[in-house]
Amino acid sequence: MRKLLLSALTAAALALLPQSAAQAAKEEVVLGLSQDRVAITATFDGSEILIFGAVKREAPIPTDEPLEVIVAVSGPAPSVMVRRKEKKLGIWVNVDSVLVDSAPAFYAVATSAPFAQVLNDTEDLRYRVSIKRAIRSVGAAMHIRGAQAFADAVVRIREKNGLYSLRENTVAVDQQTLFRTAIEMPADLTEGDYQTRIFLTRGGEVVSSYETTIDVRKVGLERFLFSLSREQPFLYGLMSLAIAIAAGWGASAAFSLLRNR
Amino acid sequence: MNAFLLLGLGGMVGVLSGMFGVGGGFLMTPLLFFIGIPPAVAVATEANQIVASSFSGVLAHFRRRTVDIKMGLVLQAGGLMGAALGVVVFNYLKALGQVDLLVKLCYVVFLGVVGGLMFIESLNAIRKSKKAGGAAPAARRQRGWVHALPFKMRFRTSGLYISVIPPVLVGVCVGILAAIMGVGGGFIMVPAMIYILGMPTKVVVGTSLFQIILVTGFTTMLHATTNYTVDIVLAVLLLVGGVIGAQIGTRIGVYLKAEQLRILLALMVIAVCVKLGLDLLLQPAELFSLGEAGGH
Repeated sequence: MRKLLLSALTAAALALLPQSAAQAAKEEVVLGLSQDRVAITATFDGSEILIFGAVKREAPIPTDEPLEVIVAVSGPAPSVMVRRKEKKLGIWVNVDSVLVDSAPAFYAVATSAPFAQVLNDTEDLRYRVSIKRAIRSVGAAMHIRGAQAFADAVVRIREKNGLYSLRENTVAVDQQTLFRTAIEMPADLTEGDYQTRIFLTRGGEVVSSYETTIDVRKVGLERFLFSLSREQPFLYGLMSLAIAIAAGWGASAAFSLLRNR
Repeated sequence: MNAFLLLGLGGMVGVLSGMFGVGGGFLMTPLLFFIGIPPAVAVATEANQIVASSFSGVLAHFRRRTVDIKMGLVLQAGGLMGAALGVVVFNYLKALGQVDLLVKLCYVVFLGVVGGLMFIESLNAIRKSKKAGGAAPAARRQRGWVHALPFKMRFRTSGLYISVIPPVLVGVCVGILAAIMGVGGGFIMVPAMIYILGMPTKVVVGTSLFQIILVTGFTTMLHATTNYTVDIVLAVLLLVGGVIGAQIGTRIGVYLKAEQLRILLALMVIAVCVKLGLDLLLQPAELFSLGEAGGH
């Protein structure tokens, strides 16, 4: 639903800009991904996705402003409970909490130049590209005073954990036509559809955008254990116990065997 | 999370539990907090691991016939009630966002008390052994209130004829601890069995292990089905390390003196307690924390 809305918005935005599009000639993204799915296995320790592409155009390269590229990868956005600690009776306890409706579990923006140079504020507001704008839409209950501090905390904590990042100057643009970048994804990825947006900009204005999804899924043992624990928790519990009992018995048997020799 | 770190941690606690003859749950769970495992997961997973180590331990006691099965069952009846109660409290506080605090506070209190008592007691023992020949304190069996209670039952293996109420109550307390702290509760149950129930020392350890299996197993099931916090992979890694470590520890333990061993353990328990306490007392670097939204 949200995605639909977003692409509709993008379409509307593009339709609203016929003059500028005509001026700048039509430039479109042709995209390649090193992989369009990321498999989280039991030994998964992060992944790097190579995003590369070319700009297709039917007119000569405009000479006024250089072409810049922004790549934004955004993870699924489950709601998150943010809690704040305060000192009560000498110890630090959680005193209040805000449910942040939707904040992406992962968000990375790569740009071909410093962010302020690549995209101006109005365009950022429209397309919600920067970390601040992308998270700004969170529906924190604003009746709690200082709710913004909670939304800020989400950004701060996730930036610290490498889940949110702005990587300026990491998109290489060649001949204003070819571009490539690598997005690193940490080990503790949330599974889901990772929306990947690519914007072509000139002079801070978006001239074209493109959208695709990267599928991040748990597979193999990891998938099996995860779905078992959620869908058949009773069976999962019994299995945990069976493993524990077997291991305990095995250890006892193995060591008494060793001792008796 | 690094698999070798977890294996090593399991091994280290295993060595300690083998050396000191303790379950190790009360050391392992705080260590899991320190390496960044959420308390809710640490507690539930540790309960699962204790099932394994207790099962391994109880087999040896069954062979030696030092398990009072009847007493174990009575304790278990109480333990199951306690565990259910503990999980209800646990989940209620989890919804409030206070479960980390509850678990850590429980640890600070229990580790502080147990560590402190152990330290004082072993210091006294060392002083006494230096003076040499101090007469052992006369065994004091609690008569009085324990024997005045109704619902008496005969426990043949322990040679007791007492009311079932005290063992059930002891079981309830230990069950609550198992659910909230992810420990077997041996460090509470063993003294309770000796001093309150008056059980002979030789059956105490086996019986407590016997009781712990079912109660921690039940706790594991409750945590797995109500808040999905049992991490089987984590449990297996800790388990493998723990099982091997325990055997090594048992061998090291033979070469050390009992009092010195206990002072060492007491110091370690106090150190963990102080570290946990400081975490609660000092201002954390980050006042905000993120958690999964409840209800799914």
